[in-house]
Amino acid sequence: MSSITINIDGREIQTQEGEFILNAARANDIFIPAICYLTRCSPTLACRICLVEADGKQVYACNAKAKDGMNITTSTENIEAERRAIMEVYDVNHPLQCGVCDQSGECELQNYTLEIGVDSQSYAIKDVEREVKDWGHIHYDPALCIVCERCVTVCKDMIGDNSLKTVARGSDAIDNEYKESMPKDAYAMWNKLNKSVIGLTSGAEMLDCTSCGECAAVCPVGALVDTDFMYKSNAWELKQVPATCGHCSAGCQITYDVKHTSIENSEDKIYRVMNEWNYVSLCGAGRYGFDYDNKVQAKDEVAFTNAIAAFKKADTVAFTSTITNEEAFILQSLKEKFGYKLVNPEAKAFQTFLNDYSEVSGTSLYGSDLHEAHAADFIVSVGTALKSDNPNARYAFNNSMSMNKGAGLYFHPLKDPIIDGMGKSVLSISHAPLAEEAVLYLLLDLFADKSKLPASVVEYIASFHSEKTITVEETIKEKVVEIVKVKKVNEETGEEEEVEEEKTSMVPKKISKEVQVDENRLLEIVDAPKNFTESLEKFLAKKESFSLIVGPDLYTHPRAKNLARLVALLEKYSAFKLVMIPSLTNTLGVSLICDLDETRGNYTIGYNTKGDFTLSALGDGDLDMPAINQQEGTLTSIDKRVNPTNAAVAYKGYELNDIANALGLDAKLTIDYTSKLPTCKGFKSEHFDNLPNRYENDGTEVRGYCLDTITKDLLSEVAVESILEPKLEGSIIYLVNPVRQFSEFTNISANLKEESGIYMSESYLKSSGFNEGDIVKVKTQNGELSAKIICDNKIEGEIATLPTFDSNLNSQALFSGYRFSTATIQGV
Amino acid sequence: MSIEQFKNRNVSDDYFLVDIEDYPTDGWGKFKRVVKRTFQGELFVGLWVVLREMIKFDIHTVQYPKEKMPIGPRYRAVHEMKRLWESGTERCIGCGLCEKICISDCIRMETRIDENSRKEVSEYSINLGRCIFCGYCAEVCPELAITHGGRYENASEQRAHFVMYEDMLTPIDMLKAGQQQEFDGFGAITPHEDERVKKTPLAY
Repeated sequence: MSSITINIDGREIQTQEGEFILNAARANDIFIPAICYLTRCSPTLACRICLVEADGKQVYACNAKAKDGMNITTSTENIEAERRAIMEVYDVNHPLQCGVCDQSGECELQNYTLEIGVDSQSYAIKDVEREVKDWGHIHYDPALCIVCERCVTVCKDMIGDNSLKTVARGSDAIDNEYKESMPKDAYAMWNKLNKSVIGLTSGAEMLDCTSCGECAAVCPVGALVDTDFMYKSNAWELKQVPATCGHCSAGCQITYDVKHTSIENSEDKIYRVMNEWNYVSLCGAGRYGFDYDNKVQAKDEVAFTNAIAAFKKADTVAFTSTITNEEAFILQSLKEKFGYKLVNPEAKAFQTFLNDYSEVSGTSLYGSDLHEAHAADFIVSVGTALKSDNPNARYAFNNSMSMNKGAGLYFHPLKDPIIDGMGKSVLSISHAPLAEEAVLYLLLDLFADKSKLPASVVEYIASFHSEKTITVEETIKEKVVEIVKVKKVNEETGEEEEVEEEKTSMVPKKISKEVQVDENRLLEIVDAPKNFTESLEKFLAKKESFSLIVGPDLYTHPRAKNLARLVALLEKYSAFKLVMIPSLTNTLGVSLICDLDETRGNYTIGYNTKGDFTLSALGDGDLDMPAINQQEGTLTSIDKRVNPTNAAVAYKGYELNDIANALGLDAKLTIDYTSKLPTCKGFKSEHFDNLPNRYENDGTEVRGYCLDTITKDLLSEVAVESILEPKLEGSIIYLVNPVRQFSEFTNISANLKEESGIYMSESYLKSSGFNEGDIVKVKTQNGELSAKIICDNKIEGEIATLPTFDSNLNSQALFSGYRFSTATIQGV
Repeated sequence: MSIEQFKNRNVSDDYFLVDIEDYPTDGWGKFKRVVKRTFQGELFVGLWVVLREMIKFDIHTVQYPKEKMPIGPRYRAVHEMKRLWESGTERCIGCGLCEKICISDCIRMETRIDENSRKEVSEYSINLGRCIFCGYCAEVCPELAITHGGRYENASEQRAHFVMYEDMLTPIDMLKAGQQQEFDGFGAITPHEDERVKKTPLAY
């Protein structure tokens, strides 16, 4: 892509070759009305209101690409007439219920009707009955729907659920007279609009998707609304608090919309979560799981005194990664001062993995981020249940398929219908647990530049290859000439007569051939499907940018060190750009800031995890702490960005900083530590109040700052180990949360209401002989637990999953680090 | 429009100053004034006027509280909530415009979705301690639901007592008796509105 200059309304602007005119205009603060277009998704061409004149020809700004020297006029007499007619059409039969509509005040139909100045109506059509639909967490009112198809577009191009589509409206045809009298584009747009409403792809009554709510967020009118939010508040009453979502490592920018709780109670309450949907897409946990604040009414001085005493007695602080960078820094400072052991197994695993990776790559951090994954056209995902571990990585995966004509490989033992539903350009390879090593060797084999790879690795990979003679059946086309009789009209006589004609045709014919082929045993080890090689060849055609997403399965793998090195080699010697998914919200931040220890000592302070004395933001500990939506601070995201988040609701108790101050540290506010975060690890000495949190009109993310990547010393010789080939026998369980659940914080959210238990796919449930709701005993070599069987149609295959979001289940105790384990599952 | 007229701040053309004697400043002057007023018989001037008017039997005083003057339609006393004539249900749809426009921020409401999937106002409150009776709420109301009434006699232990939602709402028996007063103040429909509106075409 190269930089070009175009002229919009007399203004010279710089843009990229191939950029849509609309995006170029928006990036330069030039207003072109548009309703149906979503940045990062494909143009729908439903509203047609973005008409502009480019070099004297009318085009749609959302799908016309800018060319060098193009002259664009955003408004002519004809375009104005079209726009006015389009808005009038949108207003035809639109219910006059702005007074009760949830979208009122932020409604694009209201806005554009006023912007275009529609003060009278020229068109009419008989309305048809369109019944209100309750789709579960989403409420659809087709009478309000303007069928811009933004919901359909975002669900397909961004989320990848493909849950919505347009269905027939069943209305009368538009009066013929309008065809002549109406502006052309307005008529065409009306014609399409008049034929459709939104329906469910599955044809079912209820929406069965990953429930992200993005469709309701992008809806320009009040047609799709969140059922929970319905009629609770008007848009203009809500104050927007810019924040960063605290549930997973994606670190999405959100705003908490707050308002007084009730007439009597003037304390702020979060009513909903909003996002800049043009630039960031949320998952269901981020959108609906906002009510996890710790409702503490006063400072509990007794508990605080006890806490100080406990800290004086303790030798260990155990914590989870759902804390801010500042809190992690406080813990690290306390460690330096009092010699506490800091225990956080999940962050420790990631830290070790990252260090092992650095030794080979020479950089402290992985090289890429999710933005590059969005832009990639070939993505490989290894070692992560993508939709659960980081929904945004899944969106990036899907977005690259749909927008860049991309292709992808999804290596994971757990079969995932959501990934398979992304289309034919995704090949999911369900390998055996522990085979991640082989997968990485396979990727090195397929994609790495072997001339640069260490010789030992090349040699090792070569050992998997062997020559084999096989007989292939090939279909070739053979030319056959036959004589057929055809009836023809004799031109002279005008009569029909039979004529003999020679006809040649290509007839397929099967032949057998013996050929020498290269056999790659790695393919066999990873259980690649038979057509793997052919599919890959097809996938790789015309591909330019490659992205590799690796996830938490690798960090706790028994051979994590070797995996880290292989990943580093892959990044270094192939075209792949690497993203690692940190396992929890701030795992990356914690692993950079804290020196972590392996084991607990005699007396442990637990922070959001059980200890001898427990500090908890969940409201169940010995001393209350603020939840992430109640405190200021920064979170480090998968994009290696330090994002600021603000307090949405009040917290009246003590916080970690109070304890630290009582123990001899000195900072008035927790955010005083923001500027002290270790620069040697890549943080910057920036004050919290200077950190921005917004997106620019061209989509530039202006949030916090990006971590610096520090150059690390390279190992003199990279030694990799050979594949570990023991297999897990028997029933296999996998430690993963269902979509919309990440931690105890999403668990206490009343809006999410997920039941915990052991999840089985429909087919597994059938073959195992259990029924949904049965209580079963799950036993591994580390322990056992009883759990209720829950049927999960978002997984497939013969692996049962156990969640981590419910600490009562204590599922982690069954596993020895690695997320897969063999288990016996017995009925009780 | 010229703004010259607004620049002339000299209002003295039609005004004159009342000729008032200067106040005495010293003790002797004050003493003289007291003596003068005491023996001038001003008291009897007043008594005479009362007596004269009493004998005339032409009294203009309204016998409040037995008698009350009619209140103009634009008078803005304590708010009233109106009902729909046909169904008797509350007119308020919970749009929140009164809450938004209120310049003294004294209106608050809570809304929710009711059993029939309609928006319902579950709580409505006006803080009369803050209300300045500007009438914006009545003017902005799209349903003519909140209006100002003519009830200017307010006596209670607490101002909050005047704005119990149930008290503001037209009692159902009054509505059935046809006694609900329509509001004619700002925000009410002006006469001949129908003739001025361009009608939307209908395909029925």
